[in-house]
Amino acid sequence: MNAPTILAALLGATPAGGGAGLSQIMGLVIGGILINNYVLSRFLGICPFLGVSKQLDSALGMGAAVVFVMAMTAASCYVLWQLLLVPLHLEYLSTIVFILIIAALVQFVEMVLLKFSPALYKALGIYLPLITTNCAVLGVAVLNKDAGYSLGLGVVNAVAGALGFSLALILMAGLRERLEMSNTPDAMKGKPITFILAGVMSIAFLGFAGLGV
Amino acid sequence: MSLWKDFSNGFYTENPIFRISLGMCPFLALSTSVQNALGMGAAVTFVLIWSNVAISTLRNVIPDKIRIPCYIVFIATFVSLVDMVMAAYAPSLHKALGIYIPLIVVNCIILGRAEAFANKNTVTSSFLDGVGMGIGFTLAMALMASIREILGSGTWYGINILGQAYADQPVLMAILPPGAFVLMGFVLAAFAVIDRRKERAA
Repeated sequence: MNAPTILAALLGATPAGGGAGLSQIMGLVIGGILINNYVLSRFLGICPFLGVSKQLDSALGMGAAVVFVMAMTAASCYVLWQLLLVPLHLEYLSTIVFILIIAALVQFVEMVLLKFSPALYKALGIYLPLITTNCAVLGVAVLNKDAGYSLGLGVVNAVAGALGFSLALILMAGLRERLEMSNTPDAMKGKPITFILAGVMSIAFLGFAGLGV
Repeated sequence: MSLWKDFSNGFYTENPIFRISLGMCPFLALSTSVQNALGMGAAVTFVLIWSNVAISTLRNVIPDKIRIPCYIVFIATFVSLVDMVMAAYAPSLHKALGIYIPLIVVNCIILGRAEAFANKNTVTSSFLDGVGMGIGFTLAMALMASIREILGSGTWYGINILGQAYADQPVLMAILPPGAFVLMGFVLAAFAVIDRRKERAA
């Protein structure tokens, strides 16, 4: 077996030929980061996108925390869905179970970080509680379930989505730091200009739709 | 009088979308047509009312330390109800709203009202607050959806109002994602101008 096939097998893709699995993974990665960017084209996670994009440092911290939590969410939601809800025919409880997993997971990550890596906790700490109500996190759990991804593909999808979220957040933070210095009309100050800026970024990202992955 | 204030607060003075900017995700994503907007507004209003009622009823029973997980379970229950009812009786709407129905759980408006209002006020006030906030959200969605649908497809609630010539070549950008952000920016700017006029007049 060559390397791509092994990778694809590890990730649980269903390759029709040797490379089909890998191209599916690449599709998810490019799609999640650029084409179907969670913030700019799916409108998931708008609140932290607007709230935590005032400074580059906090945007980086939030981005890292989201990547971490989304990957863990995708994995644990998949496991509970497959091992508990489906065998017991409790599919209709998915929303309740998923949100509880996320809340518990965020709390857990917070405690573990506090215990084992106080420095990282200090950097991410204040953003962690906010993640529970980040709709990108619940969104990825629901999207994975609806698409019927395997464990590996689900985690790839989550990480790609979270990286896309972080990319948008970090770009926005950089732009807003410049915006502080510029002269905007009175009525546009604050939220309105931020939305228009997000719109311009969204137009740019719309261009990636041409990639056709 | 104060009951009327609880009710009407959400319309304008504390409009969840334009004033406190909560619940942006479904607002931006589903304001592509008036039909979707009203469907989402109805779903959010239902969840908002009953989560407010349940939380204010039990506000003295729920231990303070675990109140947030309790609220989330209540909200998730009502959201699942809406999800199932809509799937059974309005399947096409259910399909159009898609992933944004389960995402009502993490809609900040609902948890925000639970935390800021329902756990401190009586059942009647909380009920009225839920109705008022729900109407405020629905009105905001309807306003945005009207702008986007008229510009982006030349129709309103599926009825062609700008003529066939426009409908053939609409400003497509208005119903694409960037249109949501840009138009929202202009609507917020308009609100800021109105506020400033009022302040000057007062």
